[in-house]
Amino acid sequence: ALKGEERKSRSTKDSGGSSTLRLTGLLCLLFLVFFSRGFASHDVVSEKSSGTTQEDSRSQANSTAHKKTFPVLSFNYEHVRTPFEISLWILLALFMKLGFHIIPTVSHIVPESCLLIFVGLLVGGIIKATGEQPPILDSNLFFLYLLPPIILDAGYFLPMRPFTENIGTILMFAMVGTLWNVFFIGGMMYAVCQIDAAKLAHVDLLSCLLFGSIISAVDPVSVLAVFEEIHINELLHILVFGESLLNDAVTVVLYHLFKEFAHEQAITVTGAVLGVISFFVVSLGGVMVGVIYGIVGAFTSRFTSYSRVIEPLFVFLYSYMAYLSAEIFHLSGIMSLIACGVIMRPYVEANISHKSYTTVKYFLKMWSSVSDTLIFIFLGVSTVAGPHTWNWIFVIFTVIFCLVSRVLGVIGLTAFMNKFRIVKLTKKDQFIIAYGGLRGAIAFSLGFLLNNNEIKNLFLTAIITVIFFTVFVQGMTIRPLVELLAVKKKKESKESINEEIHTQFLDHLLTGIEDICGHYGHHHWKDKLNRFNKTYVKRWLIAGERSTEPQLISFYNKMELKQAMMMVESGSAAKLPTIVSTVSIRNVQAKGSPKPSRAISKSREEEIRRVLRANLQNTRQRLRSYSRYELLNDALEDDISEARFRKQKEMERRMSHYLTVPANRQETPPVRKVFFQQEHKVYTYDDSESPRGRASPSCADDVSELKETPEKPDQSSTPRANRDAELKPKEQDDQGDQLKVSRCLSDPGPNPEDDEDSTFLP
Amino acid sequence: MQCISFEQIGVLHKRFKQLSHNEETLRRDHFNEIDDLAFNPIRAQIIEAFFDRRNFHQNGEGKVQEIGFEEFVVVMSHFRPPSAHMTEEQRGKTRREKLRFLFNMHDTDNDGIITLEEYRHVVEELLSRSGTLEKETAKCIADAAMLEVASISVGHMEPDEFYEGITFEHFLKLLERFEIESRMIIRFLNMDTTTLCK
Repeated sequence: ALKGEERKSRSTKDSGGSSTLRLTGLLCLLFLVFFSRGFASHDVVSEKSSGTTQEDSRSQANSTAHKKTFPVLSFNYEHVRTPFEISLWILLALFMKLGFHIIPTVSHIVPESCLLIFVGLLVGGIIKATGEQPPILDSNLFFLYLLPPIILDAGYFLPMRPFTENIGTILMFAMVGTLWNVFFIGGMMYAVCQIDAAKLAHVDLLSCLLFGSIISAVDPVSVLAVFEEIHINELLHILVFGESLLNDAVTVVLYHLFKEFAHEQAITVTGAVLGVISFFVVSLGGVMVGVIYGIVGAFTSRFTSYSRVIEPLFVFLYSYMAYLSAEIFHLSGIMSLIACGVIMRPYVEANISHKSYTTVKYFLKMWSSVSDTLIFIFLGVSTVAGPHTWNWIFVIFTVIFCLVSRVLGVIGLTAFMNKFRIVKLTKKDQFIIAYGGLRGAIAFSLGFLLNNNEIKNLFLTAIITVIFFTVFVQGMTIRPLVELLAVKKKKESKESINEEIHTQFLDHLLTGIEDICGHYGHHHWKDKLNRFNKTYVKRWLIAGERSTEPQLISFYNKMELKQAMMMVESGSAAKLPTIVSTVSIRNVQAKGSPKPSRAISKSREEEIRRVLRANLQNTRQRLRSYSRYELLNDALEDDISEARFRKQKEMERRMSHYLTVPANRQETPPVRKVFFQQEHKVYTYDDSESPRGRASPSCADDVSELKETPEKPDQSSTPRANRDAELKPKEQDDQGDQLKVSRCLSDPGPNPEDDEDSTFLP
Repeated sequence: MQCISFEQIGVLHKRFKQLSHNEETLRRDHFNEIDDLAFNPIRAQIIEAFFDRRNFHQNGEGKVQEIGFEEFVVVMSHFRPPSAHMTEEQRGKTRREKLRFLFNMHDTDNDGIITLEEYRHVVEELLSRSGTLEKETAKCIADAAMLEVASISVGHMEPDEFYEGITFEHFLKLLERFEIESRMIIRFLNMDTTTLCK
């Protein structure tokens, strides 16, 4: 809702100033380009000047008689050159991204990736026009720096449930589908090369197969870039996206295999067998490397409560190391990265603080966003740069065969998989899957790594053409096609405690039925895995008492946390966001339900007050107006003040729940840092404590309390509901723990609401 | 009722014989002998579902002490996957049937409404295997869930009105986006080839 408002305000602003903005954007762009260009050409000049200054300084050191004025302002570009240019490129990418979101009209028709490639083309053209050699997307740069953030972002936030439910189909498409594509395209292109008119006789079968292996793989970067904007339903998204991630293993193996063969100029049977073995080694090895790093990362996060600030770094570095380690052995780095993220995530999220979680989420989004912008821009620039060998027949046939093989592959595989699937894939689904097979920068980089120069240019040209075709044509038309075919869109995920309860209930029910049938199916094994996870793994990898927290409670806490955050952000404790119904907990709880006894012992009361006082030490300014110390003291004396006191306490307790509270400090108040954003938006942040302790559910009682304005103290039924809440701290104190905080939101991904999450970093 | 194939009936019959030690009827203690069920937090409810007349599609009510093979198959048929070409109406019917089964599992006293107490019991059972008996938490979660149902179904209530409980219609509305017809399925009944029976 917040994001929608932002957009609206942006568009109203821009309707007046869009032309000026566009102009400014263009000017900035040109300015940046010329800046970088200008500095690039300063190479020669600055080298000379640095050379002379060096001479000067040396000679100065020798003879002090040399008269030289002290340079007040000198120019030395060389030593900052590399970081400077890198920063300029990144700035350019960011300005472009910003620009395309500011100008709404274009971005609705054309997906961002197309615009970025176009900008890249422009920039490359400008650079070339001024005589310089534009930078090419270096494969090293791409594979080591630009690709990992995107994959990590994808893997870390991979929605596990749909992924595991469809894993069979995804693997089929990724492995068998890619294999089919490789051989089909390779074979057909070889046939094409045999045509005399093409003048391509020098391209042999192995080179064609190598080419096939480069061009066949669906590219995760492009798929993400395009699919994110069209919001199709989860099933299709995960199918295409999952395929693009998992086909990396096949691509890596086939690429290296054919490269070796092309080098040897011979195919041997042992070679082929080794290739198959190598496939298993590459994929399973990659996954294993990822799992190892994931477990180590999860284990490390168990202890990071001692230094919360560096927690996010652990997540990033372990994942990056997993990727690099896999790359050392030529294993599938992408699969390793995904495995690491997937394994690490549930445990890390249970351990790290809320702030760290937000940091991880936003840094991943930021890096992946910058990366993918840069990738597309560089693709454009490289297109202008690289030497091209344009061969009409080769290129056209490549494009045609890519499409044909994709369509055939999808149809064939779906027909096969539908026998095993519960939710069958319809023709519409198949069309979208086939149409979503976009190629991208991975193909380009792999092509760039080829050795042979004469064929390389030919291949590169064809690869670039296919990439352009898929990204531009397919990318642009997929959105209207989705509308036209009325493909199911992604349903807005509204978190519902009922759905969560029933999801778990259903899991257990189906497991039970399978056991009764004696059929060891899919639910049975999943249940076994969960039990194993709970009894052994969680104990090792999750710190403190959260290791025994059942999933339903975590979910409930997260929901409550979200609501509390929303409430705090909305600025008014008395005004709850979006309660559409007037139903409150009173309507739900039975009128005749036995009232808990009023007799709370004095000592218990004292304990409760002490607990509350300790936790509410440095509370927000707003609530100071209620002078709670006084209320605490004269509570229980008359009904009205008691009602208000309880209400107040509930409100405060609810708000204090969701801020990091020290677990075991009972005597001294915790050290907190308080940030004041606006007068009513205050967050206390405690980064020296480990948030341990049990859940203290304040639950729906609060909903009703906070709905009421403070001027209605005379509900006879509120004390009853209050008393329920009152009893809870008693229960909690039984264990000697204080009020607990629920910290981590394990989101499947950033929801638009979460973008407005404004927690701070220290 | 949807038809189950001959082969599937054969497999189920074999299993029935196994469970009942070749007797004609199954009783509750036969179910209790299944080891794997021991870990299931809601095993009591699952077993009860087999003995609940409301699941026998005969408009009966109440519980029975033992069931024959026919009733066994009828209960199992609730987990049948939807056939490939179903009209919207058929899909709706399947959904109602499956949700009715779930509803019956929750509504233990047969009054057609899931009261707060019954729902609390459901959540408690779900959390019962977690190791720590968090009764208060269970209560809270159930309360929040009821609140949600009431908000969705009824929308506007006066402060002194009372929400009796979840009726079947409310239950349908609550889980309408749950896609129960594709989730509440045992693949066993979907495969044409006979699978291993223990």
